[in-house]
Amino acid sequence: MNLVIFIFIVLLGFTSYYFGRKKAYSIQATNTRLTALPQFYGYYLAIWCAIPAFIIYSLWAIFEPSIVKLIILSDYSNQGYLNDELNLIYEKTKSLSRGQFTGEITPYLETSAEKYLNLRSIAQNSKVVLILTIIIASIAYGYKRISSNKRTREPVEKFLNAVLFTASLAAVLTTVGIVFSLIFQTIDFFKVIPLFDFIFGTHWYPAKAFVRDASETLDPSMYSDTFGAVPIFAGTFFIAFIAMCVAIPIGLMSGIYLAEYASTRVRQYAKPLIEILAGIPTVVYGFFAALTVGPFLKDIGTAMGLEVSAESALAAGGVMGIMIIPFISSLSDDVITSVPQGLRDGSYAMGATKSETIKKVIFPAALPGIVGSILLGVSRAIGETMIVVMASGLAANLTLNPLESTSTITAQIVVILIGDQAFGDPKTQAAFALGMTLFLVTLCLNIFALRVVKKYREKYE
Amino acid sequence: MNKNKEKLLNSRYRAEKRFQFYGKSAIFLALLFLTIFIFKIFSTGYTAFQKTWLVIPVTFDAETLYLDENPSIEDIEDADYFDIALKSMFDLDKNASEKQQNDLKKMVSYFFEREIKKELLNDPSLIGKTKDVYLTASDDLDQVFKGNYPRDLPENQRRVTDFQLKIFDQLVEQGRVESKFNLSFFTYPDSREAELAGIASSFMGSIFSILVCLVIAFPVAVLAAIYLEEFAPKNKFTDFIEVNINNLAAVPSIVFGLLGLGILLAVFQLPRSTPLVGGITLSLMTLPTIIIACRASLKAVPPSIREAALAMGASRMQTTMHHTVPLSMPGTLSGTIIGLAQALGETAPLILIGMVAFVNTIPGSPLDPAASLPVQIYIWAESAERGFVEKVSACIMVLLGFLILMNLFAQIIRHKFEKKWS
Repeated sequence: MNLVIFIFIVLLGFTSYYFGRKKAYSIQATNTRLTALPQFYGYYLAIWCAIPAFIIYSLWAIFEPSIVKLIILSDYSNQGYLNDELNLIYEKTKSLSRGQFTGEITPYLETSAEKYLNLRSIAQNSKVVLILTIIIASIAYGYKRISSNKRTREPVEKFLNAVLFTASLAAVLTTVGIVFSLIFQTIDFFKVIPLFDFIFGTHWYPAKAFVRDASETLDPSMYSDTFGAVPIFAGTFFIAFIAMCVAIPIGLMSGIYLAEYASTRVRQYAKPLIEILAGIPTVVYGFFAALTVGPFLKDIGTAMGLEVSAESALAAGGVMGIMIIPFISSLSDDVITSVPQGLRDGSYAMGATKSETIKKVIFPAALPGIVGSILLGVSRAIGETMIVVMASGLAANLTLNPLESTSTITAQIVVILIGDQAFGDPKTQAAFALGMTLFLVTLCLNIFALRVVKKYREKYE
Repeated sequence: MNKNKEKLLNSRYRAEKRFQFYGKSAIFLALLFLTIFIFKIFSTGYTAFQKTWLVIPVTFDAETLYLDENPSIEDIEDADYFDIALKSMFDLDKNASEKQQNDLKKMVSYFFEREIKKELLNDPSLIGKTKDVYLTASDDLDQVFKGNYPRDLPENQRRVTDFQLKIFDQLVEQGRVESKFNLSFFTYPDSREAELAGIASSFMGSIFSILVCLVIAFPVAVLAAIYLEEFAPKNKFTDFIEVNINNLAAVPSIVFGLLGLGILLAVFQLPRSTPLVGGITLSLMTLPTIIIACRASLKAVPPSIREAALAMGASRMQTTMHHTVPLSMPGTLSGTIIGLAQALGETAPLILIGMVAFVNTIPGSPLDPAASLPVQIYIWAESAERGFVEKVSACIMVLLGFLILMNLFAQIIRHKFEKKWS
């Protein structure tokens, strides 16, 4: 039914475009000068036809369910039900009215279901009537404006401008959405777990908080010493550190080589080939790390008499490093190419070799940009999920031995949230708190790195 | 004195050589990783495109099927094929003990009744006759036949028993084991049994997610880019929007998963595990990519185009919509395709919104529960059975194939249709 109304409004919008244009032509036929091109009359009428109807339509869709719920539940309001019980009653009523209810049907429920169906049909009918009235009224208004040859281009363009502006808010809304989705759960989490315990505690064992009866009341003392995030933070930065140990030398050196030494032919082939590494989905890297690199390192370790975990931090970090190589290489390539030629020429004129020029002149000049690109790489390493989930351990382990397994923020979020979640459970909230931490850390890194890179670009442009 | 100078010069030249060598080896290493990577995936994955069949003689005995004389198609449809399927497997070794009979049954997939039924439905005149029917071999035998399974392990460490191997070798000798192109890998949904698992469900899930992502992200991103590039006044607020977009492009993907979980599922109560929610989440991720690409290509349209249109009396909106935007479309489209390719490979946010659930039906709309190709890779990679290893690699090959196609397509659009201004 909703779809029918929707299509109806859209079709009516199109028809009114043609009506508007036709009206413009008929005005033109009386030798009156039009105030805008004929199609603007069409757009004008179409906007008047569709937009108010859509606004009513969406407002209705948003508010109808909660109003219906309010009316249904007002019957039960003075019987002392809890909020959750009321919600359950409402769900039962809905499924009964759809004929899918399998539980015990009480007379109360039956009246509610009947009332529900009744309300829904009233709502549906009044919606149709309301929307039709709105459409007729607004078309009539628009049509009158057109007939009197009022200006139409300006309002249409103003409207389009408003649409464009609204679309540009999408990015802001997404950021707001991220913050909102994280912040409430995080606040709830810190109501149960003190912030201090979270940041400085050294035991991360969220499964402990889950092993309890649903009927048991929440006992805050149970959670002490289960949500200490130090091992996870340490693991995250440790794996990121290993990744950067792989990515920085290889990425930086290949960036320098491509920018300064490589012939155009080599550059033409090598650059896109290296960038393929950035296009491979991370889950593929994860599979590669878990199936090939992990066991390989374990075999080497056993051959050398070392005890290497099959899910070692080294395997996850190393593969993550390979993934980050192209980011660092292409960003530093860009940065180095934008160093002015004059600096190079000056250095060559003093008799310096190419490598001396790079090391002593170009590198210092490009340093801010290179640091920016490395920081962006670090932020990527910290936020990387699938490699760690598949190739690294899932138990948080406070260690600095690259051959043992550790866990990271992202891996813990996945471990906690995979499968069904119960909102309101400290364990689920812990995942959101970790997400908040991750978001804030990467946000700071990104803002700082982007600013550094931007400053650097402005310096040489 | 002169000698010292020469020494110094030589050491400087050596340093130069060394530095160049470091650069070359860095590039070599990066390319080496890529090669190992591709080689590893292909060498483990190509076998998954072949499937092992056991050709077993089946007697379509009307009595065992409980069919009357001249049964209608419906009767054949409703008949119980389990007994005759079981019997034809047991007939491979008539003296088998009960345990060995169980082993015989496990040599084929549990689809064997259905495969026999299909044969009879194709040709109802087979009743009372015996015909060789192709039955899907179990994943362990499949691996044995492909040589991926070590046969020399002690029996208690293998999943294939000695008895099964003996019968299997007999069948091989009789030419009753055949390897054919594995069509079911593309047409079957996911399954717990490796030999029956296919990518159809996750493939459709990916397609639906990407479509939803495209429908939402493309218009919003293009409109936003037009506003920011052509109409936005230069003030604090537009700067704020810009900073926002640049940051969103670098936010870890898992945070978008939390957004999907915390807002789309918890607040808006959208159905879990569906491509609809997955697509919306992915569209929020691709939004900044498309906006940045579209802005870059709008920026590349030379001002003379705008000035000419304005001079002819077009309004700013007309100039933008009739001239600038169409000219910027090739760049925007190729940026969009690259953004969609990124979204196609994304896993973590989809796991958080529940697209990791086991789905053994092929979704028909974005509102049906589904997985997606990368999530399917994750699910199979986590399962212990040996038969899934080659499936994972094959699934990766399909996914990489799609990504390469999309990127090629983006390149073609860019090079073919983009106007060069100079």
